[in-house]
Amino acid sequence: MSTEALGASESPASAAPSPAASRRLRTDRVLGIALPVVSVLLALVAWELISRSGLISQRDLPAMSTAFRELWSMMTTQGFWGAYWETVRGWLIGIVLATLLAVPIGIILGSSDFLGSAFRVPIEFLRPIPSAALIPVLFLTIGSTLRSEIFLATFGAFWPLLVQTIYGVRDVDPLTTDTGRSFGLGRNERLLRITLPSAVPYIWTGLRIASSIALILAFTAELFMGTGGLGQRMNVADSFGLTSQVYALALAVGFLGIGIHLVLSALEKRILHWHPSQRSVAS
Amino acid sequence: MTPRTYRTLKIAAEIVVPIAILLAWQLWTVHADNPNFPRLSTILVEFRDMWLFSDFGTDVVPSLKRIALGFGIATVLGVGLGIPLGMSRWTRSLAMPHVEYWRAMPPPALLPISIVLLHSIGDVQKVSFIAFFCLFPILLNTMDGVRAIDPTLIDTARSFNVSRWERIRRLVFPAALPQISAGMRTSLSLAVIIMVVSEYFSSTSGVGFVLLNSKNTFQFTPMWAAILLIGLLGYLLNVLFMLAERRILAWHRGWRAATPQ
Repeated sequence: MSTEALGASESPASAAPSPAASRRLRTDRVLGIALPVVSVLLALVAWELISRSGLISQRDLPAMSTAFRELWSMMTTQGFWGAYWETVRGWLIGIVLATLLAVPIGIILGSSDFLGSAFRVPIEFLRPIPSAALIPVLFLTIGSTLRSEIFLATFGAFWPLLVQTIYGVRDVDPLTTDTGRSFGLGRNERLLRITLPSAVPYIWTGLRIASSIALILAFTAELFMGTGGLGQRMNVADSFGLTSQVYALALAVGFLGIGIHLVLSALEKRILHWHPSQRSVAS
Repeated sequence: MTPRTYRTLKIAAEIVVPIAILLAWQLWTVHADNPNFPRLSTILVEFRDMWLFSDFGTDVVPSLKRIALGFGIATVLGVGLGIPLGMSRWTRSLAMPHVEYWRAMPPPALLPISIVLLHSIGDVQKVSFIAFFCLFPILLNTMDGVRAIDPTLIDTARSFNVSRWERIRRLVFPAALPQISAGMRTSLSLAVIIMVVSEYFSSTSGVGFVLLNSKNTFQFTPMWAAILLIGLLGYLLNVLFMLAERRILAWHRGWRAATPQ
């Protein structure tokens, strides 16, 4: 979208653009849509050819058409959609729990200088710990259940959200807070009307990072711990050597990732429409 | 309370809280007396016996090597591809659908495929796997950094007849460097996660392998020592990177401090 904004600002700002300029603008727009489509089609054809020609044997890389046919036949089964939902559920519960925990804690740690420095070291230490390292402990304690998957997704998603919330709260313009104070806004009201809104863009960035981490961890839990979902299906398909099923599942997971990304971008536009980063530059 | 006492209290809290957490861990494990949760002190002794430095060469070095190689390859490719993609709008619209698809893909979903395709469960597969997924944060950040350069700067350089290569070397690359390094920092922590996950899956060496193997053989103290090591590794790599970044981007920080934003 920013590409289009750039293209628009390149055009002359006068009321009536010359015919040549408007023709160029139209070609630009058509190319902007056509090139990505062509590029995807080319890649798919290349995949098909690499596999059919035997450059990489079909046993290792099933042809594109085979993988998509496999995906299509999976999509007609109820089990596939059940597994799909289980993965989405793990991701969703994880991200919601992480938000409910991280945002209030982040606001407290961010608005208190004292608490912020008291917990700085533990946070800095826990944050980069790869949550996947906790899988063995979860095996021992909670076992291969949905709760393990949710714990893992929540734990992974918690840290980026927490850190972004702390940054966001610290970055509130002190002038606005002081203005609010001199207008007699109470502590809670300042929090609700000033601190939280100005921290929202930061929190949103944290949410985007957290969302992809939660998906990774939900899938990882399914792959390694055998909690139900697409990851578990992939593990089963892989152990039986059903390569085309593994590819079809990978395609499905990729589409899930893209879908989540698109939903979040659409939400971002609605929630942050007031924020300067979302406004296109007025010419 | 005077500002001075406040500052002292703050520093005291910064030291006391981590110690209190560790103490609580020790007391809780002593009290719980559960074989799944050995005492912190036992874990620390095991940590010293395992990693300082008897098993360091056989298990930690392979993991570090994989991270270094994968991260290095990802950086070279990410910057090398990101600069041309950032500079040319049409190449970018050709590449974006693929970049968007692969970066949304959860890495573990490609683990089985990477083994089938590369015919390897050793370093070839692990390094390429880490490199592939570390590529995207660096690539996207490089592209954004290049695109954010003030066009006037580039036009000025062009009108002074600075050649394309010189423009990239002296203008585009340094200007995008702060953002490139932000991408690298994201990729580095990703590299540690991916290293662990890829060593869980069909592996014969590395920290992740030791971790899963000790769990499977019910050796819980080594398991905790391995978790501690992975945590330390993630933390130390992050610290090292920040130190390097501070040196390399010193000019940028100075410039930022001197220019009113």
